[in-house]
Amino acid sequence: MASLAAIFGSGAMTNSIREIEGMEVIFIIGSNTKETHPVIANRMIKAYRKGAKIIVADPRRVPMVRFADVFMSLKPGTDIALLNGIAHVILKEGLHNEEFIGEKTEGFEEWKKSVEEYTPEKVERITGVAKKDIVKAARLYGGSRKAGIFYTMGITQHTCGSDNVRAIANLATLTGNIGRESTGVNPLRGQNNVQGASDAGCMPNVYPGYQLVENPEVQAKFEGAWGVPLSPKAGLKATEMIPAAHEGTLKALYIMGENPVITDPNTHHTVEALKKLDFLVVQDIFLTETAALADVVLPSTCFAEKDGTFANTERKVQRVRKAVEPPGEARSDLSIILEVAQRLGYPMKYTSPEEVLLEFGQVWQNLAGITYQRIEKEGIQWPCTDREHPGTQYLFKGGFPKGKVPFSPVSYTPPAEVVSDEYPFILTTGRNLYQYHSGSMTRRVDAIESHAGEPYVELNPSDGERLGIGDGEEIRVASRRGDIKIKARITQRVSSGTVFIPMHYREAAANVITNDALDKKVKIPEYKVCAVQVSK
Amino acid sequence: MDRNRENKSHIKEKRIHTMGKPVKITINDREVSCEKGNTVLEVCRKKGIYIPTLCYDERLESYGGCRLCLVEIKGMAKPLSSCTTPVEDGMEITTESEKLTGLRRTMLSLILSNHPDDCMCCEKAGDCDLQEMAYRYNVKPGEFTGEKWDLPVREDNPFITYEPNKCILCSRCTRICNEVVMAGTIDLTGRGFHTMPDTAYGAPRSLKNCEFCGQCVSTCPTGALTDRKSRGKGRSFGMKKVKTTCSYCGTGCNFYLNVKDNEVVKVTSDYDAPVNKGNLCIKGRYGYDFIHSPERIRTPLIKKDGVFHEATWDEALEFTAKKFKELIEEHGPEKVGGFSSSRCTNEENYLLSKWVRCAIGSNNVDNCARV
Ligand code: SF4
Ligand code: SF4
Ligand code: SF4
Ligand code: SF4
Ligand code: FES
Repeated sequence: MASLAAIFGSGAMTNSIREIEGMEVIFIIGSNTKETHPVIANRMIKAYRKGAKIIVADPRRVPMVRFADVFMSLKPGTDIALLNGIAHVILKEGLHNEEFIGEKTEGFEEWKKSVEEYTPEKVERITGVAKKDIVKAARLYGGSRKAGIFYTMGITQHTCGSDNVRAIANLATLTGNIGRESTGVNPLRGQNNVQGASDAGCMPNVYPGYQLVENPEVQAKFEGAWGVPLSPKAGLKATEMIPAAHEGTLKALYIMGENPVITDPNTHHTVEALKKLDFLVVQDIFLTETAALADVVLPSTCFAEKDGTFANTERKVQRVRKAVEPPGEARSDLSIILEVAQRLGYPMKYTSPEEVLLEFGQVWQNLAGITYQRIEKEGIQWPCTDREHPGTQYLFKGGFPKGKVPFSPVSYTPPAEVVSDEYPFILTTGRNLYQYHSGSMTRRVDAIESHAGEPYVELNPSDGERLGIGDGEEIRVASRRGDIKIKARITQRVSSGTVFIPMHYREAAANVITNDALDKKVKIPEYKVCAVQVSK
Repeated sequence: MDRNRENKSHIKEKRIHTMGKPVKITINDREVSCEKGNTVLEVCRKKGIYIPTLCYDERLESYGGCRLCLVEIKGMAKPLSSCTTPVEDGMEITTESEKLTGLRRTMLSLILSNHPDDCMCCEKAGDCDLQEMAYRYNVKPGEFTGEKWDLPVREDNPFITYEPNKCILCSRCTRICNEVVMAGTIDLTGRGFHTMPDTAYGAPRSLKNCEFCGQCVSTCPTGALTDRKSRGKGRSFGMKKVKTTCSYCGTGCNFYLNVKDNEVVKVTSDYDAPVNKGNLCIKGRYGYDFIHSPERIRTPLIKKDGVFHEATWDEALEFTAKKFKELIEEHGPEKVGGFSSSRCTNEENYLLSKWVRCAIGSNNVDNCARV
């Protein structure tokens, strides 16, 4: 979410989940909310029942479409064109928020020129969305001063992912739909503690609390806090470490609780890369596909076996509590890291997880006010800067951390991989309701597995008919990188020319065939768009 | 769908209009200040005054079906259901009286006249609203006699067991399915004596018609709907309940892990949870089996000649530290890195970030936010 941070000064959801109920217009782009964030979808449904209008933009007919006043079925990878097109109409119809633009933004005139060319006619040609729907969406979103935008990986998993986020931010800035209750820009984090892992500085360019590694003052601050000299150079991103391992420039890797073999794009390449490492340690609860490649595997604990906190997608820091003892000799990740650090000559002393959080609060003001006692009953949303601070329900009430919000021109570039005669289908991947991510947890739930245990590829009935493929038939899906055999599911959910594979199934890992072209700025692999052929 | 929406927004609007205006009312001779827009029941709950309810759930719109929540209001000829009556300035309310008790007993007797006498073996015993109320008002089965349902127990899907005979037709399940989830899986079907909540044509719940969010189970006040996976694994009062946060998606729902003999046997709703108010999805409610999977790793493993061997913690940690030291010395810290996990806690991530930067000495640390 790096680019949202660049624009507003923070990359978290700006509203709270409960504020969704108060929204007048809910614009969902690239999020299958009902399946990936079902309880957030419940809130949207509540808003809908109170009369909120819902706009959905998605290549697939996702379940939220049932509640939508406008559904824009765009071609995968054309989000920027669509968003710019909506901005174009908002401007043309004078629905923009002049007061907000005048007082709180910069770069408006220049940006305005950049969307001039995105006429509804042109955007219809690029995206496949009917002109009238683009205009309708623009009127709904632009006509409201209490609107929220929601997006997930659907929007960030493209080579132009960070530009997509900019295009979203431009829309919110144009209408002033940001910084108020029930009004804002809301990335929905896919995994339970992505927010917390990012907050904690598990990113190569920032220390805990998004403080830049390459800023000498920040470096000095952390050297003071941690008592050792620190590297002044930003590190490698996960998506750079894998290729570095492949080239032999990365020698050792310590993986805590991740399964990149399944979750990274281009599985074959990832496996080869990890095999080339001189030393790989994996700390996990299962012998995952990644752990199987390790030199040392350390058994750790799951959420039910440890104390700590998670930060959810609305910045709420909530307690995780130990309920049962771990199996065998498994130990908490916390105690494992402490042990390894000790043996590497950097002893860290903590008597409880809370002590770690308190230290975190000392190096990052936004958490300074949070103690376990304060969140015993109910979590607190950061920023929470001192022990009296109640936490922050929505961001930017008092203005933007960077002063003015910049408009940033973004232009549509076609996806890295486009369809050809040989590879005529666009493959998109994602989650379904029942399974979760690499499946290492949900696939071990028998009842879920018995109901949703089989991989499948969604195919439009007209394509099925043309290729003579029936529902349930096993077919081959191939890209320029690899192929898999998988059962066809004939459904109207995907439009003709597009196929969809959920990412959870290792026996038909969609990432075998997806593209690892990386986003220019934030290095998110392009899962979402990949050209494939489909055959019997 | 649209009709549904318009109707509700109209009702809400009326309530919202005067919402928040402070008013004073009297409950059981005690003066209470509260806000307009609330129902009598909501105010009583907030003030800790007990009113029995069977068809009420905070997550649902007011319904007024069971008539157990009746209260007397001065100036009104008949008792009114508190769950549908909004407070008005100066209202004088009585929540318990001989008359009310009589009415409640009658309602309960009627319900019990078509209810199996199964508290001994019932999955819900000890956590059942109906059982609790029958006890509180001392109503025994058989005070009224009448025709009884004799329908088979339905276990036609892996998650939810349905015992129609125990259904009291409060319609909480059908309302939560249609109001909150809007899955449209179940509705009240049949007529008269044969009315009951069911799927269309009584088809088994399956992925085709149901999201398996278990919301219907969470709201059922009786043993009619229960979690199939937890049946026979222990009574509610015999379980340790640990409040925690879901480890699947970023919504961050809270719930209670129900533990018996060091085993998580069930997940129950936390109705006070700020994020989810007791609502959950299939992953949060039923996705806990992995905790006790036999495939969990139980000891450290070290690979020798391509094969894993069990090791002690000391061996594994020493070996790890030794190799890391060697490789850092030989190639420099820039050639070593760590991945953290968005499944791990803030504390673990903070420490991993600190560890890579301080103990290894490079900034090669990342999480999977990007993937
Ligand atoms: S549903 Fe309640 S009252 Fe009925 S048998 Fe079960 S425990 Fe007893
Ligand atoms: S099944 Fe339970 S929730 Fe549904 S109507 Fe019957 S008693 Fe009420
Ligand atoms: S599990 Fe959820 S979707 Fe299925 S019937 Fe119950 S409430 Fe409806
Ligand atoms: S219960 Fe479902 S919606 Fe809630 S956090 Fe867990 S996975 Fe997400
Ligand atoms: S709770 Fe009020 S009528 Fe049932």
